[in-house]
Amino acid sequence: MINKLVLENLKQHWVRTLLSALVIGVQVMSILTLIGLSRGLLQQSAQRAKGTGADIFLRPGTRNQFSLSTGQMNQKFVPFVAKQPHVEQAVGVLSVFVEITTTMSGVNVPEFSRMNGGLHYLAGGPPTAPDDILSDQYWARQHHWHVGQTVTVLNHKWHLAGIVPGGMLARLLVPLKTLQHLTGNQTPPRISEILVKLDNPALTNQEVARFNQLFRGELQAISIEDFVSQFSIDNIPQLRVFIWVVTGLAIVVGFLVVFLSMYTAVVERTREIGILKALGAKPMKILDILVREALVLAILGTILGIGFSFAAKAVILGTAPATLPVIIVPDWWPIAAAIAIGGALLGAISPGLKAARQDVIEALAYE
Amino acid sequence: MSSPVSPIIRVRGLKKVFHAGEVPVHALRGIDLDVARGEFLAIVGPSGSGKSTLFHILGGLAPPTEGEVWIDGLDLRALSENQRTEMRQKKIGFVFQKYNLLPTLSARSNIEIARELAGRTGEPPGFEAILKFLGIANRLDHRPNALSGGEQQRVAIARALVNQPAILLADEPTGNLDTDNSNAVLALLRDLNRQQKQTILMITHNPEAAAFADRTVAMRDGHMHAQRL
Repeated sequence: MINKLVLENLKQHWVRTLLSALVIGVQVMSILTLIGLSRGLLQQSAQRAKGTGADIFLRPGTRNQFSLSTGQMNQKFVPFVAKQPHVEQAVGVLSVFVEITTTMSGVNVPEFSRMNGGLHYLAGGPPTAPDDILSDQYWARQHHWHVGQTVTVLNHKWHLAGIVPGGMLARLLVPLKTLQHLTGNQTPPRISEILVKLDNPALTNQEVARFNQLFRGELQAISIEDFVSQFSIDNIPQLRVFIWVVTGLAIVVGFLVVFLSMYTAVVERTREIGILKALGAKPMKILDILVREALVLAILGTILGIGFSFAAKAVILGTAPATLPVIIVPDWWPIAAAIAIGGALLGAISPGLKAARQDVIEALAYE
Repeated sequence: MSSPVSPIIRVRGLKKVFHAGEVPVHALRGIDLDVARGEFLAIVGPSGSGKSTLFHILGGLAPPTEGEVWIDGLDLRALSENQRTEMRQKKIGFVFQKYNLLPTLSARSNIEIARELAGRTGEPPGFEAILKFLGIANRLDHRPNALSGGEQQRVAIARALVNQPAILLADEPTGNLDTDNSNAVLALLRDLNRQQKQTILMITHNPEAAAFADRTVAMRDGHMHAQRL
């Protein structure tokens, strides 16, 4: 009967109920979309790393794995690495950011194509001129690019030679020399990393150890497998902090919304609370009723928020599939629900205690 | 402890003082009262006479300042707030002037929730007969706003009786009703008292309503100054 009372109260004030649940839902959606976006970006980065066909990455020793600033390594390392035992192929790559989450890679495209088993072209073909550019399908779709058109990236006019599937090193591939020239990395020619393919992938760990010994910290070798495993939110402190901030905000907003909603409910229902107390409801029972209402709001908000996260994904992928590759994160649904419920319970406590402490005679006299 | 012959309500030297700011307001100035088990007592008096304060104390809604109050063998002075709440659940049935039904629940649910709050389940034996007697058996699925004032007050009486209380306390039960409904509700209370031997204490300012009771006591300025059989 108490549950019925709770539901009937929420139904009676359905506009307030709906608005409260909507606001909680938006917060839940924010969390799920943020996590989905973080994971999507990392997942696609990992796919692009895997898509190179390399077994080992060689990068400057002091560099953070997720910092892709340009030209920190002399290109002369590439032929040296290529001559090492068990190295089948070594390809130098220069990566630069064209947007906050998007990189363009300069690479010898025929060599790279050989390493990854042959680039597949969804439209057009391989670059044949220094200003030719390849785009992955998501970037091309987001920017409405078509093969043959002239596009501007990094203040440079490129000819779009081909469109390739996603997951191939970078969103945009251009000839290495052109990019080195454009970014001031031509003298001496510098690159960001070396992709290494071994003649026997089973030797990867052994060769990683040997490279690290050989280069003594000047270059750092990491297997693709280890590199990809680092693409996790836990390994990016800044992202973790951002997620904590958004989660904290969600709790605060959930708290405020439910606090306001419950406070209004308590004031509106002063007389009803008086009736319940006169009938023998103890203070804890009154608090229990308010807490149950807050729980229902939080659960409704969570369900709406999960629904909104699907809608947000559809909208985001419809407008920016390359820049914001958001994914659905069902494993975060219970966490988002716990956050929403936590905020709602915090919000219900103060109005609930006010109701529980209400003087029964004054409450019954309330008009 | 109470016995069938001892009063179900026993009040001695009851005083209640409120504080309006720093000014003490003496609402009850030493009340003595006995109510026998199965009696229908009316307390009459003008506004400010202290009858509502007495009602609240007898119902366990407010503690006394001084004096003895015994309800069905329980000494109210010795009860904590929680224990007074439990006494309300099990020993007292309230009927208010404004019916005080929960507006979001049906009449049936309004009755059931009183039972649930007392920690009981299911209808008590013979309750169907009481619903028929009150004339609301076919109105139980309606919400209060779909019921007339008289019907709402009958539902409130049913709610007050569902836990088979020792005492039914009624505060101006006909104050919001027209004459016909007032007479019907008062007749119901009188019949309940006579047929079910339900102890009833009714507060009213209306002498015609008080005439339905077995006995009337009058209050003025916090004193109980006259009794009429």
